[in-house]
Parts: sequence; structure tokens; C-alpha cells
Amino acid sequence: MHHISAPYRWFLRFNYAVLTVLALLCLFPLVNILAISFSSSGAVAAGKVTFWPVDWTLSSYTYMMENRQFTGSFLISLTRVALGTAVNLVLTILVAYPLSKDARTFRSRTVYAWIFVFTMLFGGGLIPTYLVVKETGMLNSVWALILPGAVPIFNVLLMLNFFRGLPKELEEAAWMDGAGHFRTLWSVYLPVSLPSIATVTLFTVVGHWNAWFDGMIYMKSPEHHPLATYLQSMLQQQLNVTTTTGMSLEEADRLSRVSDRTTQASQIFLSVVPILVLYPFLQRYFVKGLVVGSVKG
Amino acid sequence: MNANLKGFVRNIPLHLMLVPGLIVILIYNYIPMAGLIIAFQDFSPIGGFRVMNWVGLDNFKYLFELPGFYQVVWNTVFISVMKIIAGLTVPVLVALLLNEVRSSGFKRSVQTIIYMPHFFSWVVLAGILIDVLSPSGGLVNMALKAAGYPPIQFLASNDWFPYVLVISDQWKEFGFGTIIYLAALTSIDSSLYEAAVMDGAGRWKQTWHITLPGIRPIMILMLTLSLGNVLNGGFDQVFNLYNPLVYESGDILDTMIYRIGLQDAQYSVSTALGLIKSVVSFLFIGLGYYLAYRIANYRIF
Repeated sequence: MHHISAPYRWFLRFNYAVLTVLALLCLFPLVNILAISFSSSGAVAAGKVTFWPVDWTLSSYTYMMENRQFTGSFLISLTRVALGTAVNLVLTILVAYPLSKDARTFRSRTVYAWIFVFTMLFGGGLIPTYLVVKETGMLNSVWALILPGAVPIFNVLLMLNFFRGLPKELEEAAWMDGAGHFRTLWSVYLPVSLPSIATVTLFTVVGHWNAWFDGMIYMKSPEHHPLATYLQSMLQQQLNVTTTTGMSLEEADRLSRVSDRTTQASQIFLSVVPILVLYPFLQRYFVKGLVVGSVKG
Repeated sequence: MNANLKGFVRNIPLHLMLVPGLIVILIYNYIPMAGLIIAFQDFSPIGGFRVMNWVGLDNFKYLFELPGFYQVVWNTVFISVMKIIAGLTVPVLVALLLNEVRSSGFKRSVQTIIYMPHFFSWVVLAGILIDVLSPSGGLVNMALKAAGYPPIQFLASNDWFPYVLVISDQWKEFGFGTIIYLAALTSIDSSLYEAAVMDGAGRWKQTWHITLPGIRPIMILMLTLSLGNVLNGGFDQVFNLYNPLVYESGDILDTMIYRIGLQDAQYSVSTALGLIKSVVSFLFIGLGYYLAYRIANYRIF
């Protein structure tokens, strides 16, 4: 321990260098987008912007704020996250608690558990699911984005395994005091489960915020699109223009009047802000929560 | 009898708690499974389920005779197998490197940063990739140019596209993948290392004889569980990066299901393809869980 051999010293330097590069590669997308969003479109078109803004300007942000489609989609996304997360959390906890009981006290547990887990292993697929959503009359409604995935089985498994790890004495003490299952769940289990609830909340919020595909297929008109779907259609347009014509992004931008790159960058950046805000608060939980929940023993 | 009844009454709240969740999955998971029967019908969106035009296996025959179908199957398996291999090796290597870091501040910052791309959507990352890989102004091609190489159309070339998918998938996920290996590394008994040092083992020997065997069970577990993904090339990623120029190398089962179903409105054919995928995936997932149970004693719940 006291003696560090020369080759190992070299390895350590190499190690720090590699890890720094890897971290920078992960940070790079964000920094690049941020730099482009604060640069003038001229400087961006000239390819001068990499990690630092050139010709500082806020014009893309002011321009975007006036874009009705963007602000509308942003609001839809916020609604979706608030409603969707509430529904997901309530259902996750309500399903996880009974399934965390052992089969001796709750006989039907195994049957129920398989009913839920089976949906993770086998599914009806795209068209049948689409038809059900359509038949239940939810096209163009925000509920089409919430209800089909209202019971996230992976999160249920995380919660369930966490509940199982709690000491039996907690529950017994609650029962002694005359609490029933609902009371025990609410006043005893939930307060001690905050780390794992935080983990599940992070995954749920991020999932809803990032989801774009359901918005694309269930929302028939663009004014109902959540932010991620709006961004997706915008970027897709651009990708098609650039790759099919072999033009550079800048030429394609000019020719097709696809929205300006700086504006796109600011929209992309704003779309990840909520994640960046949430992330530091929940990060310390999710590593633990994830490891406890998914890999036991 | 009395005790049984008492137990049942006591458990009524548990049944009640499950009701909302059961209703949701019944409607949105189990009814669609029943809806798979349209794979055996000539289903039209206007007639609905009521009009039963049974066509037997015609939709499947149509698929198997479709030019390019086997190419799509090959693409899917090729891309996902490469992703599985990369997803098993890169995070282990990074976890091993991180494990050698003494400064906890550095270690924590690196971890925080490399976990982050996992939380960005493929929409956002694709937007950035399109920019970075652009043949004229993209950073990668500017670097190639500076080194004297001709520009590469990464997203429009069938030679490159699958590799772009695999590499960018690791770019997004390798950090997150390290979480479990780092946890496994910290649980290795430190007295093993002390004993090895006593015996004169250097860093390499310690890694080779203690660390790697220590995380081998979890690696095998991850490998078996990833079997279920053999038919998943990653719809979000492919859909956001591909374009008609790279259909040949980038079209996967999920994108084909989407195109046949929602773009061409051939509901029955698309569902037939979805059914094949679901059944084969189910077998692979089943096999994966079985092996995980036998080899690593892993249970889902």
C-alpha cells in the first residue's frame, strides 16, 4: 500500500486520463448544444462553435419563447409529467405492497405476481395496443400517454424488493397498534421508503418527459404533441433533408427553411433542463435504490 | 376454517389495493394480447373486429416472401448482439478503472457525469449526433479532415450505420451500466486482496485472480438476462437516426412493424410480424430467466 511501483504510477496517470476523456465525452453533447444555443447563427453556420459560444446572443431563446408550438408542447409535457407521475407512483406502490407480502400470509400473491410479470415477458405489440387506445376513445387525449403505461412493472419490482428488505418488526409493531394494511402502508412503509420512492420518481419523471413515440402515434394533430414529440418531428425533418440530399446541415437549413440550428439547440437544451434540475437531488438515491432493487443477495 | 376466514378478511385490503393496477393491465396489456388474433385475419380498421375474415397463415406467408425480410431479421440480430457484447464489456472495463481511483471526489464526479446521458432521450442525443457526424461541418469529420482522411457519411452509409448505432448506444449507456459492477466490486472481501499482497501479487494479478472472479457471477447474470433482447435493436435510437439511405443495414423488426403497420396501414401483416417477434422474444426471455435461475440463483421477485 505504501509503495507504488513505477508501472502502477503510469497506469494511474493513464487511468485518470481515460476516465477524464470518457466523462468529457458524456458532457460534450450538453456543452456543445449550450454553446450553439448562445451563439449567433452566422457563427454556427461557419462552423466556429464547439464548446464555447461565439458572438454571445440570447436571440434564439427570445425567438423560441414566441413560438406557440414550442410553449404549447412544453405545457403539455409538464401536464403529462405531473399527472403521469402521480398515477404511476400511486399504482406502483399499491401493486408493490401486496406483492411484497410472503405467500404464506397472502395466498394469492403468486398468482397476482405472475399476472403482472407476464406483461413484462409478452405483449400484444404495436397495432393491437394502438387499436385498444383508439377503441377506448383516447386519441388526442393526454390520458393516451398516461394510462397504457400506468403500471410500470420494472418500478413495481424495485419497490417490491425494497419493501421486502424492510424488517418484519416494523409491520408487526404497526399491527399491534391496531393499524390495518392501508394504515401500515401509509404511516410505516412509505416514510421509510423515501430512497426507493425517489428512485422510482426519477425514472418515472424522466420516462414521461422523454417519451415521444406515443405522442406521435396517439396525438393526431401537432398542437397536442408533447415537447419530445415536437422535437422529434423537427429533428427528423432535418435528418431527412441532410442525408437524402447529401447537403451539409447549413445548406439544408437555408434551403429547406427547417428551423435555425441555434433555435433547435436552445429547444434541445430547454428540453433537458428539467432533467438536469432533478438529477442532482435524486442521484444519491438512485444508485443505492437500483442496486438494492434489481440485484439481490 | 375460522382461522382461514380471519386470514382472508385481514387480507381483503391487499386484494383491494391490486384492483386499480389489475384493471389497467387488463385493458392495456391483456386485451392487446387477445387482439393478436388479427394476425390471422384480413383486418381493416373500418370493419373492426366484428368482421371476421379469417385468412389463416396468409399474413405470415406474405411476410416470409417479402423481399428484404431476412435482411431485417439479420440486421436486428446483428445490431443487438453487438450491443449486448459491448454492453457487457465496456461497463466492466470502466468499473475496473473507476475502482482503481483513490480520490473519492474525482471518482464521484466522473460517475455523476457518465450516468447522465442515460437520462437523455434518443431524440436529444440523435439531434446532437446528427450534428457531430455531419459530413461537412461535424466535429468528427473535421477531425478526420485534419488528419488527412476524406469525410465519411456516417448516417447515410450502410457500411457505417450499424457501428454508429452500437457506439452511440454505449455512449449513452456505458456509465449507467457501471452502477451494478461497481456495487459488485465493493462487495468483494478485502481480506482476499490483503492475502494476495502477502503472497506478492501485483495489481494485475489481483485484478485477474480476485476482482474478475469476484464479479463473474454478476457478469453471467447480466449476460443471461440480456438474452431477451436479441430481437430488440433499439427502436428509439434507430428510428431517430435512420433514413431511407440506410434501410438496408439499419431496418430492424420494430421499425419494420411500425412502417408496415402505421405508415402503410397493413394492420394484420404488422401484427403478424409483431406476434412472431413477441413469441420468439418470449422464448429467449424465458430461457434467459431459466439460465439466470439455474446458474446465478436469480429470481425476478
